[in-house]
Amino acid sequence: MSEVAERLKNIIRPENLIYGKSPVLNDVTMHYCPGCSHGVVHKLIADVIEELGIQDQTIGVSPVGCAVFAYNYIDIDWSEAAHGRAPAVATGIKRIMPEKTVFTYQGDGDLAAIGTAETLHAVNRGENIVMIFINNAIYGMTGGQMAPTTLLGQVTSTTPYGRNVDLNGYPLKITELIAQLPGAAYVTRQSVHTAGAVRKARKAIRKAFELSQQNIGTCFVEVVSTCNSGWKLTPVESNDWMVKHMFPLFPLGDLKDGGKNATESFQVKG
Amino acid sequence: MGELRLMKGNEVIAEAAIRYGCDGYFGYPITPQSEVMESLMAQRPWETTGMVVLQAESEIASIHMVYGAAGCGKRVMTSSSSPGISLMAEGISYIAGSELPCVIVNVQRGGPGLGTIQPSQADYNQATKGGGHGDYSLLVLAPASVQEMNDFVGLGFDLAYKYRNPVMILADGVIGQMMEKVELMDQQPRWTDKQLKEITGSWATQGKTKDRPKHVITSLEMDSHIMEENNLRLQAKYQRMKEEDVRFETIQCEDAEYIMVAFGCAARICQKTVQLARAKGHKVGLLRPITLFPFPEKIIAEMAGKIKGFLTVEFNAGQMVNDVRLAVNGKTRVEYFGRMGGILPSPDEVEQALLQKLIGG
Repeated sequence: MSEVAERLKNIIRPENLIYGKSPVLNDVTMHYCPGCSHGVVHKLIADVIEELGIQDQTIGVSPVGCAVFAYNYIDIDWSEAAHGRAPAVATGIKRIMPEKTVFTYQGDGDLAAIGTAETLHAVNRGENIVMIFINNAIYGMTGGQMAPTTLLGQVTSTTPYGRNVDLNGYPLKITELIAQLPGAAYVTRQSVHTAGAVRKARKAIRKAFELSQQNIGTCFVEVVSTCNSGWKLTPVESNDWMVKHMFPLFPLGDLKDGGKNATESFQVKG
Repeated sequence: MGELRLMKGNEVIAEAAIRYGCDGYFGYPITPQSEVMESLMAQRPWETTGMVVLQAESEIASIHMVYGAAGCGKRVMTSSSSPGISLMAEGISYIAGSELPCVIVNVQRGGPGLGTIQPSQADYNQATKGGGHGDYSLLVLAPASVQEMNDFVGLGFDLAYKYRNPVMILADGVIGQMMEKVELMDQQPRWTDKQLKEITGSWATQGKTKDRPKHVITSLEMDSHIMEENNLRLQAKYQRMKEEDVRFETIQCEDAEYIMVAFGCAARICQKTVQLARAKGHKVGLLRPITLFPFPEKIIAEMAGKIKGFLTVEFNAGQMVNDVRLAVNGKTRVEYFGRMGGILPSPDEVEQALLQKLIGG
């Protein structure tokens, strides 16, 4: 055995372990770009599934977009949905197997453009599912086109002169809309650009998965994310750009907590 | 003998689904098939058999709910009418591509566009040639009576699971809305968890246990060579359907010189036309395809060498006639007669067409 290997062997010991990954996260190379938020969020979900001991009870629904291959990375059963239909697919799974934990993992185009109807109605029915929403204000997979959450003035391949209100309308704050719906149980907005933010996001995702087992409505976690390839910035610049430009419109924090809540005015009386 | 009742075709779909032991129905209201979900909701099967019934926000959502639930291995279905089926085309393509079993009922109305709420058979091509994108086929059953609306729910599920393929019951506004005597099946239990596991446990999303790799329901494959293999596997399955599950009915074809080909409500009208024509001494028979895909092309090819001509009678602009012509392959005459827009011809009108286009012409 070489000297280096011998030294490594002495270092790699359980008592020296300060960071690890869940076995629920598969040992495969991810296709995500370096600097992209997806990998971090995948890891957090895998960790939470491991911590809660629900690997054999969880069914994921992957979207169309960069995360279409999420099923390659997290070692659970998956249903790969058509673009935008993940909340409907998850509804079908949860209704037919109510004892399972079911979550969707969707980007902004999937959840807030083509799948807006499915998103709003699934939450409004109070489907007992978790929805993870990756908002990076751009279409990553198709090559950097405008997303429903693209900021005004933001340059994309379909807004080459910047998003213009007259031409393109406004960025959609769908998480604020979601938080208005009585079927939503827990709505929060997180990010994963610093170690502290990752810890908070992990807590939020864990809370969402825990609450979803109480069947008290939809648990919705937005993660404001970076797409350095789409934004044409370095990973570090992307984090700075996100903090400077996205956080003012998409401020972090909880938007709703406490379960389904409808007022009496929803009910026919007499 | 099962329980006899006088029922509407649409109501029978609901009743048969419950009695067969269907696990779930996801749908969206549209005329002329809304009674399917109305009947289910009135019966509340979730309190008896445990069957899930859900009104979705759109046909798009309902077919994708079917996708999710069928991916769990459960026996699930939806129903709609023509414009709604167009909206479902996306999901149906994904279901076929992911090789999931389910039953889809189309109680056809006239098109194109919003068209009319009156009965039609104008979705023949859509149903039998796929309807969505990609090379896929549904197994298509065409009921011609309320009794067959009952029978084809169970048959549809059996075939859907035999092939792991979506099955369409292609009815029409007449069959959906009319009332007839129907013999219902006895209540069957839904699959137990043990049965579900035995039958679908090798592929369905039921939670990844330590003893097996994860299951992924998907139609996506980035490697072109594997994707071609996937397509070849689908095509082989459709070929097997053609060999094992062609269904049709022949009425007075033994000595026939002229044969009408008609399905669904058109076949009901043509049955009377056979009587009228025979009373005048014309040797006329009726071939009723029950499976529109796989199409009964062999029997048509056999008949083609023996008779003087075919007349397809269909309530569209002439869609099935192309499949009959392909099967006949030039060996005899093939004519078409039809009405559109929700108009149903009388048996006399069909007889006149038969005389003008084929017998007397």
